[in-house]
Amino acid sequence: MAKVVVVTSGKGGVGKTTSTAAIGAALAQTGAKVVVVDFDVGLRNLDLVMGAERRVVFDLINVIQGDARLHQALIRDKRLENLSILPASQTRDKDALTTDGVAKVIAELREKFDWVLCDSPAGIERGPAMAMHHADIAIVVTNPEVSSVRDSDRIIGLLDSKTERAQRGERVEKHLLLTRYDPARAARGDMLKVEDVLEILSIPLLGIIPESQEVLKASNVGVPVTLNNPETAPARAYQDAVRRLLGEKLEIVIPQERRSFVDRLFGRRVA
Amino acid sequence: MSIFQFFRRKPTANVARERLQILLAHERSTFGKSDLVARLQEEILAVIRRHLDIDPDKVQIKLDRGDQVSTLEIDVEVPLTPAERVA
Repeated sequence: MAKVVVVTSGKGGVGKTTSTAAIGAALAQTGAKVVVVDFDVGLRNLDLVMGAERRVVFDLINVIQGDARLHQALIRDKRLENLSILPASQTRDKDALTTDGVAKVIAELREKFDWVLCDSPAGIERGPAMAMHHADIAIVVTNPEVSSVRDSDRIIGLLDSKTERAQRGERVEKHLLLTRYDPARAARGDMLKVEDVLEILSIPLLGIIPESQEVLKASNVGVPVTLNNPETAPARAYQDAVRRLLGEKLEIVIPQERRSFVDRLFGRRVA
Repeated sequence: MSIFQFFRRKPTANVARERLQILLAHERSTFGKSDLVARLQEEILAVIRRHLDIDPDKVQIKLDRGDQVSTLEIDVEVPLTPAERVA
């Protein structure tokens, strides 16, 4: 049975799109059929982070309005053939995201794919509401920073009240993904610790993604970080998160960057 | 990574700059002009439909935006007419 996952946060810039791309690619690498859907109408970026920006013809709104068929709007990833992207519209208004239209598209995606990953826009308005509405599972992306934790708490409240599952009296399975975490700063007491965030939000932890230069490098070249350099710390952290999403019980560790011989020789710091 | 790749490697920031330049050039030129590609596709398919009965599900449209040229690829499955099918 297909699973619909929303990647959400409330706050902007915490890593929703990066995480959607990285998790989508890592899931596809297990052989599952995966689609990543951009809900950020007017400010799409998932296409750019996935390196598909030159190939966008149709988008989610075109499909909702009947201007294109779903298969015409889906872009097949060039690296993984079982990974597709459904881009958001760059030119239309987000009011074009109608409840019925989104429901139909999600239902059709459920038939074609094993995993439907919805990349939510920031905020709590129509876009985020539509992105989370059909979710079976929510990945709440949070930075160890006060405003991000507060906004995540707000989003958790919405997941428990406004989604289709909530309205049916069921629960959306919620997971916390802590991103941009710096263990050294947390140890010095200059950053919220994992336990602090977990205690406040009290949802289970899916993974901890360490702050890393590799994330920017991967988005520069338009490749999900899990594909761009699978050996790096954030890539391994996302791979672990995906294994937990698939039900494996893995101990939570924060992967560290493996320093190369040249780096060690010159005493280069790992960021 | 071999030492060879290490020296030949293009900084990722350069790749990012080039990708953005191409993307934004296209977005700025089409912004406000309501989906040129969608219109093109509509009109091209309308012409084909005047002569043939085609299934909208059997139409694939691909686009690749480049910095010099873009390619629009329209793949239409054309059904045989009954006369051709017999022959």
